[in-house]
Amino acid sequence: MCLAVPGQILSIEQADDPLLRSGRVDFGGVVKVVNLAYVPEAEVGDYVIVHAGFAISRLDEAEAQAVLKEIAALEGITDEIS
Amino acid sequence: MKYLDEYRDAASVKALADAIARRQTRPWTLMEVCGGQTHSIVKHGLDRLLPPSLSLIHGPGCPVCVTPEAIIDQALELAARPDVIFCSFGDMLRVPGSQHDLLTVRARGGDVRMVYSPLDALNLAREHPERQVVFFAVGFETTAPTTAMAVLQAQRFGIKNFSLLVAHVRVPPAVETLLSAPDNRVNGLLAAGHVCAVMGYTEYEPIAARFRAPIVVTGFEPLDILRGVLSCVEQLEEGRAEVENRYGRAVSREGNRPAQALMEQVFEPVTLSWRGLDAIADSGLGLRPEFADFDAVRRFELSVRKTASAGPCRSGEVLTGRLKPFECPAFGTACTPEHPLGATMVSSEGACAAYYRYRRDAA
Ligand code: SF4
Repeated sequence: MCLAVPGQILSIEQADDPLLRSGRVDFGGVVKVVNLAYVPEAEVGDYVIVHAGFAISRLDEAEAQAVLKEIAALEGITDEIS
Repeated sequence: MKYLDEYRDAASVKALADAIARRQTRPWTLMEVCGGQTHSIVKHGLDRLLPPSLSLIHGPGCPVCVTPEAIIDQALELAARPDVIFCSFGDMLRVPGSQHDLLTVRARGGDVRMVYSPLDALNLAREHPERQVVFFAVGFETTAPTTAMAVLQAQRFGIKNFSLLVAHVRVPPAVETLLSAPDNRVNGLLAAGHVCAVMGYTEYEPIAARFRAPIVVTGFEPLDILRGVLSCVEQLEEGRAEVENRYGRAVSREGNRPAQALMEQVFEPVTLSWRGLDAIADSGLGLRPEFADFDAVRRFELSVRKTASAGPCRSGEVLTGRLKPFECPAFGTACTPEHPLGATMVSSEGACAAYYRYRRDAA
């Protein structure tokens, strides 16, 4: 029940309601209505982690890129050694 | 898919596994707390990419698996009532109580519905004002805010035929209990990424310091898990025991403030018995007195029965990392996902189910 997956926000409704803020979220082609009250900062186009019908976290693109760079650097090291 | 494929890249997985092997000089035992991580580790065979002297043991982080039998029995009692529509996440339907499971109750005529979100249950309550709708609120700090929201919406809209059977659990007290066990073998922990997305990770800082155990906030994809392992190994090799965040794209130190605020408004910490771990202070969440009207135990005057687990299931040892699933004599013979003897064989995040599904009958 905890396998939360990232999806992209397509639209937002009741944007300012602290209980009812919601929107349509695209999970690789499957679109679901998701409660967005816990990610008041998230905008259309952002990726969110969704759990039991609620977005619980907005994914940080800069952080994601930094990790991939760090791993690419590691692959460089491994290539040199092998 | 974005944020998925790039974290499964085979060359990067190999590079990280190599980096871990280069860094490790002594044997270490790490525990991943979360069942979602257990599933990912076994599915992708990540443990087999690591040096043999680095062992990963699987922790208690599957809410389905740790829900005590006494609460399952309460669920069965509620679900059998003719006036009740009983709503549950799908994983709970086949978890055995002391007698049978929710699917059996349904087969005998109980109105048991599988829902994806507590808000689905709330909608059922709106649609069926003449029935009592009960939501089985299980889950860690990832799910508790979603339940809190359902309660607050029910309150705002005056929905009176909605209540909760609450079995929410909190991770930090369980982690402390595991680390304080006299036979504890765990040197470092991978903390559950999505629990930390909600709660942040300041709660783990005193635990890491007290037990001299690194705790690394870790995601769920293969690269995320290996980065968590690498960070743990680096700390152990360097004699450090800090909380580090290796899931920065989803987790911040302070976590999700709006979710924490609503959870605090609705719930308070209570003592709870976990399957396999006994009673742990503050390890559960109960409705605050202001929301007692939404408590199904009160509304239906359920008795709190003490059920002693009997039978061959050794999930308690599996949940605390003392036993690998294939070491249980019933594994794959008397106990399979079709005929589970314990919750760890039911849930997709349970260690027994993960080992069975990916045909793991040896280390
Ligand atoms: S294999 Fe079945 S009986 Fe054995 S511990 Fe796992 S769930 Fe329990």
